[in-house]
Amino acid sequence: MPLYHTEDQAMLAETVTGFMADEGAIKKQLRHFRDMNCQDGFGHALWKQFAEMGLTGMLASEADGGMAMGHVEAGIVLKEIGRNLTPSPFLTTSVMGVTALSGGSDDLRGRWLPGVIAGESVLAVAVDESPKHRPERIACKAERAGNGFRLQGRKAFVVHGASADAIIVAARTSGSDSDVDGITLFAVPKDAAGLSHENLRLVDSAMASNVTFDNVELDGDCVIGEVDGGRELLNKVLRAGRIGAAAELTGVGQGAFGITTAYLKTRKQFGQLIGEFQALQHRAAHLYSELEIAEAAVIKAQQLLDGNSERADLMTSVAKAKASKACNLAVREGVQMHGGVGMTDEYDIGLYMKRDRALAEFMGDQYYHAERVAQLSGY
Amino acid sequence: MSDLDAFRAEIRAWLEENCPAEMREPVRDEADVCWGGRNFRFKNEAQKIWLERCVAKGYTVPDWPKPYGGAGMSPAEAKVWREECARIGARPPLSSFGIWMLGPALLKFGTEEQKAHYLNQIARGEIRWCQGYSEPGSGSDLVSLQTFGEDKGDHWVVNGQKIWTSYADKADWIFCLVRTDKTNKYQGISFLLFDMTTPGVTTRPIKLISGNSPFCETFFDNVVVPKNQIVGEVNRGWDVAKYLLGHEREMISGAGGGDRLNAIGAVAARNAGAHGLEDPILRAELAMFDVDALAYACMGEKFLDEAKVGKAHPAQPNMMKYAGTELNKRRHELLMAAGGATALEWESERTNGGTPARSWLRTKANSIEGGTSEVMLNVISKRILELPGA
Repeated sequence: MPLYHTEDQAMLAETVTGFMADEGAIKKQLRHFRDMNCQDGFGHALWKQFAEMGLTGMLASEADGGMAMGHVEAGIVLKEIGRNLTPSPFLTTSVMGVTALSGGSDDLRGRWLPGVIAGESVLAVAVDESPKHRPERIACKAERAGNGFRLQGRKAFVVHGASADAIIVAARTSGSDSDVDGITLFAVPKDAAGLSHENLRLVDSAMASNVTFDNVELDGDCVIGEVDGGRELLNKVLRAGRIGAAAELTGVGQGAFGITTAYLKTRKQFGQLIGEFQALQHRAAHLYSELEIAEAAVIKAQQLLDGNSERADLMTSVAKAKASKACNLAVREGVQMHGGVGMTDEYDIGLYMKRDRALAEFMGDQYYHAERVAQLSGY
Repeated sequence: MSDLDAFRAEIRAWLEENCPAEMREPVRDEADVCWGGRNFRFKNEAQKIWLERCVAKGYTVPDWPKPYGGAGMSPAEAKVWREECARIGARPPLSSFGIWMLGPALLKFGTEEQKAHYLNQIARGEIRWCQGYSEPGSGSDLVSLQTFGEDKGDHWVVNGQKIWTSYADKADWIFCLVRTDKTNKYQGISFLLFDMTTPGVTTRPIKLISGNSPFCETFFDNVVVPKNQIVGEVNRGWDVAKYLLGHEREMISGAGGGDRLNAIGAVAARNAGAHGLEDPILRAELAMFDVDALAYACMGEKFLDEAKVGKAHPAQPNMMKYAGTELNKRRHELLMAAGGATALEWESERTNGGTPARSWLRTKANSIEGGTSEVMLNVISKRILELPGA
């Protein structure tokens, strides 16, 4: 399969690019909801528009009312989300949440997917329990109680957690914290008794919650997939989140790069355009090459994931790490090349820097994924 | 089964049948590379058989048209060919500047007669080519070259000097940039082809820091070149040269595959022996390198896919060359660090005559030859980013 978009994918990209630049623009969405101190951190009207565009159910099966598309297509949307810094629950809901629910029963999918596809529901995914991404270590416990389970523990950095209609929780149903087995995924409804949030605004203006489960009673229908055998499904959700975040990072990086090169072509100092200085040209050219390479790694990993390749896991980590490195360079160079105005809230480049930081952390940073590359490569 | 799947099955079966076991081993040194040419000495029978079998099928240049010695493969088929060769670790049957550089230029600029003649020779590995571009006073500023061809009616008489002519001492013919009009800088250069045995041509190898001499100085003293040995029009050789440079940069970038795209952490760990990689920070740097290398391999694949269907930016080979060569230098720095004192050995048998150290030193030329990294960055700035005044 060639490493570029098919005709259908290119058409989707064209549509989504226009839609996001228009409806998802920084002023209209990110700044608007930030400045009104919105406690969701995104606009529900836009989420409804996502549904009207057929984006919310991209990854759901046709039987479930979705489009049965893959990570390449979801990545097209995420890249444009990244480029416009569009706040939306697309990644946690339509990519990670739908991937999780696809491993669940007919009843469970019937309960949650129609709302998601209609743009009326939001999902969040709760995996990590510490400030760093450590899905290998899960202490949050679900013990059998009656016909169901009782959930006890805390989850950290649950993006959109307090806005979600259901939280997908990875909990331990047997074994000890670092065991591979003994994990079960649950779809916990937002109104479950004993569920509480510490809802926090993050540096990028997104909302994330530290969630406490204080003896939350769940009936057996909340279980997604197999009890104790949830690790494989969890890994699938993580891969979806990682490649999704990587795709969004390529958009953030390219967006930052775009406004930076535009600035180099308009800002004058010493009587000439600063883009004429070779010191800046070489750095911009280096950055261009890093962004191109990151994008290639991302599309390769997307294709491998969609094809269920054995190399998909390794290349997903390569893609997340590389996209993080390249995007981070883009925002740092972006602020520096903007000079003083790069430090102001008025200019957008700083918003890109903040978004990059949050996305870099989400689903594992470059250090986490480089370590994974080493381990998966056998050293 | 799709046509491409059927094609893959056919290629796989053919390779299984025809690629000798010795030709599936990694290339260890220069003698393992089949360069072809009048004076080439095959290292062993397997190398010879592998070349002959591929020549018979057009597989030395799979995507060239059949009348010119290729197999006429489509871009998608050529990708299958590369993937299937990579799958079994098959060595390239033939490596040559004719295939990588001159061939594409002839396909674009050559006359029908030139294509039929030279391309078939290249495909069969009969003629080994070298490239006469740089001069002592014209490195990055190549267009200032002074080697002059004086018009004598039905031929030119060429005088001057070239430098960094790779393997000139082993080559049969040269493709050479020669000034044919001293009054016009860009439109005063012609692209000439001539036999290295023509009277007046001499070469002298240059000893490099690696101790090896892959590059030469080449001198022309009243060398007679017939008028039909020009590619493209008189004084328009710079167009051919620029086009060919794109292919040279693509070649040096390693985009086509091979060792340069590989991750190295696992190899370094294996070579480290019983204790493994004991320096956690070196291991971390290897891991970060592997991220970059594996990502770059994707870029190589994407670039080739896009180039074959005209989707790649025409200046993209400059980006590939820049990124690929900088990566390769870093690769060898890390391999030296991982190898420790063993990698310092210059002549020992266990290092195959100092291969780690000599390879490390050789890579330093990667970001100089074929356009320096700095020139590549200039070109990216100007042609891709369209930054002002570059």
